[in-house]
Order: sequence, then C-alpha cells, then structure tokens
Amino acid sequence: MPISDWFKAREGRRYTVASADKSADLPDGVWLKCPSCKHTLYQGALENTLQVCPHCTHHFDMSAPDRVLSLADEGTFEETEAGLSSLDPLRFSAKKSYAQSLASAKEKTGLAEAVVTGRALLGGHPVVLGAMDFRFIGASMGSAVGEKIARAFALAQAEDRALILAVASGGARMQEGMLSLMQMAKTSAAAERLSRAGVPYISILTNPTYGGVTASFPVLADVILAEPGALIGFTGPRVIEQTIRQSLPKGFQTAEFLVQHGMIDEVVARGDLRESIARVLDYLCLGDVPDAALGAACPILTEGGDE
Amino acid sequence: MSRFVMEFERPLAELEEKLVDLKALDLAAELHLGEEIAELEAEVEQLRVTVYQALSPWERVQVARHPERPKTQDYVAALCSEVFELHGDRLYGDDEAIFAGLATIAGRRCMVIGHRKGKNTKENIRRNFGSPHPEGLRKARRAMLMAEKFGLPLVTFVDTQGAHPGLEAEERGQGWAIAENLATLAALRVPVVAVGIGEGGSGGALAIGFGDRLIMLENAYYSVISPEACASILYKDSSRAPETSACLQMTADDLVRLGIADEIVPEPLGGAHRDAAAVFARVESAIASALDTLCGQELGGLVEKRFVRLSSIGVFTEGE
Ligand SMILES: [Zn+2]
Repeated sequence: MPISDWFKAREGRRYTVASADKSADLPDGVWLKCPSCKHTLYQGALENTLQVCPHCTHHFDMSAPDRVLSLADEGTFEETEAGLSSLDPLRFSAKKSYAQSLASAKEKTGLAEAVVTGRALLGGHPVVLGAMDFRFIGASMGSAVGEKIARAFALAQAEDRALILAVASGGARMQEGMLSLMQMAKTSAAAERLSRAGVPYISILTNPTYGGVTASFPVLADVILAEPGALIGFTGPRVIEQTIRQSLPKGFQTAEFLVQHGMIDEVVARGDLRESIARVLDYLCLGDVPDAALGAACPILTEGGDE
Repeated sequence: MSRFVMEFERPLAELEEKLVDLKALDLAAELHLGEEIAELEAEVEQLRVTVYQALSPWERVQVARHPERPKTQDYVAALCSEVFELHGDRLYGDDEAIFAGLATIAGRRCMVIGHRKGKNTKENIRRNFGSPHPEGLRKARRAMLMAEKFGLPLVTFVDTQGAHPGLEAEERGQGWAIAENLATLAALRVPVVAVGIGEGGSGGALAIGFGDRLIMLENAYYSVISPEACASILYKDSSRAPETSACLQMTADDLVRLGIADEIVPEPLGGAHRDAAAVFARVESAIASALDTLCGQELGGLVEKRFVRLSSIGVFTEGE
C-alpha cells in the first residue's frame, strides 16, 4: 500500500491504551508472544494500544507512519520529501546486494526510505515531525536518511517550527560506506544550525538506537526523551562484552540507565509522549502562544523596561 | 634492519633475507659471488615493485596498521615547534589516546589535535591503542573551542581504530561526545585541516576527522566500519575482511573520488615507515599550502562553504 493511502486509512483513528481484558472482539491478526511477560497477544489488538503490551506495558517497535500519527494532532500530518530514497552509489554487493536489500525494504514497508518527515501540529504547536522505521534496513542512516533529516532541520529553521524526531536505528548504513559515515557530520551540522537559530528540537529515542546514529543528531536535541526499556548506546552490547570479556550489568544501556547517567532528560511511556512534548513546547515555543494565554509565564524584561 | 613483516610482503622479506645471507657468506668466505649478488639484488628490486605497487585495499589496511608507521606524536615532533600540550577535559580526566596542544606548523601558530597510538605495548596500554574515551573527545572539543576563541587554525591527525567500545565509555556518553564534536567542528569559526595518517575508524575518527580540507596519506584508510566487523556482520566470519575492505571503498583514492577527501600525499614504496622523513616533509608542505589558502579567507564564508560542502555529501534520488 502506498504511504499516502496508508495515511488515509489511518486518519481519524483514535489511539487509546486499551486495558488487558478488552480482548473480546479481536480483529483478524497474527498471534505473537510478548517477549517481556510472555502473554500471547493479537497483533491486531496492539494497533489499538500504540503497540504497547496491555499486560506489562512492553513497548513493541512502532512503524514510522504509526509513530507520526500517534504524535501529530489528529489529521494534521502532511508528509514532505516522500519520494526521496537511496541509490546504490558503491554498487555494494557482498552476500546480498544492497540494491536487493533496498528493493525488499521498500516492498515490505511501503516506504521509500527509513525515515518519514512532514509538517504537523502537536498540541497546537506547528512542528516538523519525523520518525524512523526500523523495518527498513534497521533504520540505518545512508545518504537518503541523512538528506531527509538535514532537510527536516532546514524546514524547521525556515518556518520557525519546533523539530520533533522519533529515532530508532542500528547505526550508519555500511552499504554506503563513507557516504553514510559523513551523514553523521551532515546531520550534526544541521542540528547545530537549528540550535544557533534558537528553534526548539526534541528527540525521542526508541528501541533500539545505536552506532553512528546515536553519535549524531539525536543526542544534540534541547530535550531528549526515551521510551521505557529502550536500548540506546554507541557500541552494541555484544561487541562490548567481547572487548571487556565479562557480561554486562542488568539494565545496561536502557533508557532508565541513561537517565541515571545524566544522558537524557526523561523516560516517557509511549501513551504519554504527545502530552509531554506539548507541555515542553509550551515553554520552548512561547511565540506560538497568544499573549493572553501566557498565563503565569514570567514577563521578560526588555531593555529600558521600567517604563 | 629488523622490522615487522606484513603478510603480503613475506615473499619479498624472505628474498631480502637471502640476499643479506649471501652477502655475509661472500664476505666471510671470500667466495667472490659478485655476479650472483647482483642478480639477486635485481630480483629483489623487481619483486619490491611488484609487491608494493598497486596495493589492494586490504594490503593498504595492513600498511595503515603497521606498528612502525609514523604516529601523531611523530608528526608533532617532526613538523611542530614550540609545542605546549593541553591536558584534560575539565569534566572527568585526561585521555592519553588523544593529543591536544598549541603548536607552530610551517611558521603558523595553530591548535593541533590527534589520535595518539603508542609505539610499544606499554605505551599502547596507557593510550588505549589510540581509541578515545568520551573524555578524550571532550578534551579535543575543548581544544577546538579554544582555537576558535583565539583565532588559531586547527590541524588534526586522524589515526584510530575507532572510539573505545567499553562499558565506562557508554556510561559517560560516547555517542554524545562524538556528536558534540561533529556539531562543533562543522561550525567552528577557524580554518580546519584534517590529515588521515593511518586508520580512520568510523565515529571515533570522524569526531576530529573532517574540516575545510581532508588530506589523506596514500595508504591511510577511512571507513564507516572496520572491514573485519563488516565481514562478521555479513558473513559471520571476520577473516573475509579482504573482500569487505574492497566493498567499503575506504582507500584514499576512493575518498577523493567520493568527494570527501581533497588531496593524497604519496608514500614511499612499501609505506610511510620506509622513509618517514620524506613523508613528514610532504605532509608539512600539504598542510602549509592548505593553511595558506584557508587562512586568507573571510571566516563567515569559510564556515558557510564547509556547511554547504557537508550538506552536499550523499547520493540519492528525489523519486518520482
Ligand atoms: Zn507483555
């Protein structure tokens, strides 16, 4: 299904976190086992719970289209750069060719690339909203992902809209070699520009976020949120274990671990993300709010402000 | 001359050894083997050219990792005068895997940063084989910001397998440290010249490894992932690194072709360690001419040009 149809089908859907015992009228779907509590769940039922296990609140992976719709105010998401997608500049062919991987990722997801971006309102605030899709070659960052992210930063700056990015990624896309490594510098450069322009940027780190992606634009946000239990780091746990030759402590590289170590601002459950982001934007986007609605916000003294 | 022998040069090393033995025998026993010696010498010379010209990407990786290859501290000693080293990140500690210091290159006062591998096991343990922790990258960032504050051009030497993949590095925000360096380097308001002298291992290299000019030594490599790690992922077999090092297009030539590097400094036949002095002279003149060009430019324009160039890296289609 092309992504435009996908959005049409999803428009107007109200997401609610269903309670555990609402399993009476399940739509047709595939059974799956929650890796956390081992309950057997209907995949179809998860669509009504933002892909959160109703028994234990385990957060399953969320597709990029689902993600942007779950964050945007209803009916406001308008996709940008929808057709932008990767080529195979190195003609990378080891085991499976990159061209084949790209083709099957496109077919599987209906997306042109591993990130979806667009304009939206969030809690009434005009934003640029983006989400990465782990199903698309592990949401790795190659030229096209880097370009779409950089354009999202540029759009946010040009239109003075806060930027909200939901991140998931296995890292840089090795099939594009150095071109993909350089996307780290490119997106970080874009993030630095937005920051200097004083436009707010909030990132949401979701499971999993690793490698060269962690080490670039996501962690340069003004406010960094993460979903409960999400695994986030630079080096993957298996490689670290091989290096230090011991097993890692429980909870290593989880969102909760990163809060403890001062690396992110808050762990926020998926169902609360929109509300939390809207509350932060109320502070960071004072310009969006009519003067009368400023309420208890401090008046900002300007020069010669005693008159 | 006893030196570390790389796998692909073993036949040559064996022949060279034979030549040495023959000469010794001739001298000791007065056998008058002049003709045989001359013949063998010619053979060695021919084999040397065959072995060293047109190295494969994997052979270049071995040259880049040669233990006797000149390292950041060698370049600093050879190229720089009036060096004042700066220690510590003012947050956690001093990471010896990164060198930072005020130094004069080709008559210009600069800030110099580099990955610092050790010359022997003891040094390598102290310097973690040139693989920085977050505090090393943050020391580098402090040096970048100081360079900007005082208008000193920045010269960096890139030579690392990558940022350290360890537990404590994660706890202290390895990814955060790299990202902050990338953002800082991208917008730094002084000329930045990066020199790839050996290994360019992904994010840990990039964190001090780009700028207004990227100069690559002929056998230096720069890659998104090590060829071994790439082979482990693709084939579950790191010994297939020779194949993946070709796929990844990570040599100096590749980087110039991809528009990422600007210039290649040729190395002596067999690698930079064969004649370090010649390499130092070439690198010094490459840095000097890059600085001559960059230092005259208006800073706003320089930073804008750097941003535009970074932004244009990538190959994609806009779709239908
Ligand atoms: Zn569960």
